[in-house]
Amino acid sequence: MTGDTPSEWQYVAAAYLVVFVTVLLWVAIIGAKLQRLQREVGDLVESARRTHG
Amino acid sequence: MRRTLAARSAAATSALAVVLLTLSIGLIFFWAPTDADQGFSQRIFYFHVPIALTAYVCFGWGAWKALRVLWKRDDRADVASYVAIHQGVVFGALTLLTGSIWARASWGVWWSWSENQLVLFLVLFLFYCAYFMLRFSLEPGRSRANMSAVYALFGVVLIPVSFLAIRLSQKFIHPVVFNSHGPQMSGSQFVTFLVSLAGMLALFATLYQVELAGKRLDASLRELRELLV
Repeated sequence: MTGDTPSEWQYVAAAYLVVFVTVLLWVAIIGAKLQRLQREVGDLVESARRTHG
Repeated sequence: MRRTLAARSAAATSALAVVLLTLSIGLIFFWAPTDADQGFSQRIFYFHVPIALTAYVCFGWGAWKALRVLWKRDDRADVASYVAIHQGVVFGALTLLTGSIWARASWGVWWSWSENQLVLFLVLFLFYCAYFMLRFSLEPGRSRANMSAVYALFGVVLIPVSFLAIRLSQKFIHPVVFNSHGPQMSGSQFVTFLVSLAGMLALFATLYQVELAGKRLDASLRELRELLV
């Protein structure tokens, strides 16, 4: 491994980083979506309470 | 009951994905030998090829669900098909990105238009990107579900063509790892590849289940809002 050129290391690191960042981004998007759904459920519960006493 | 089972299944597949992908990273960098021909950059193979195969699985799963939409008139399968194709496009984009980086490291170019395998994969990717344009240009309902399903089924025909392109090609520089004589790699390389492939499939299963649960929850909330407001 020590005989490898630094550029080869950089390319390999870049490829794995792309995958890691994409998965991280996906988790962030799903997290944001879950927060929105949680907020909407809260609003609906509030609305149901107002309507049905 | 169904929701609890789905949540448990998503938790199990996500745990499996974490374990398998962590194990694969360990195997890739600390166990698998450096390839004699391509050197250190060949290690991109262990993620690039499993990601590409997972993209094919996503599109195939999307087509299967599309078939259920047309055959069984299963409305739930329409969202499942959409989610699978969405995941396929994400894995497809990752295939193109990691492949491009590998090409630069090995061949000195980011892209080669003379490579049938690359061009056909790009065509497959763009075809499925256009799926979203079709789907979102139509009003939600049975007609949209049917048209999206037909499109998804057409796309699946491109998968074997893309997969076999490299084997049919007369002149290529893209490596052929799996041929009629089996995998052209050492035992430790093949084990590492299989662990990575299992990890990617578990990642797809997790992302698919979570996104599908989100879409269904969104639809249920919309229905509830219409009932209440």
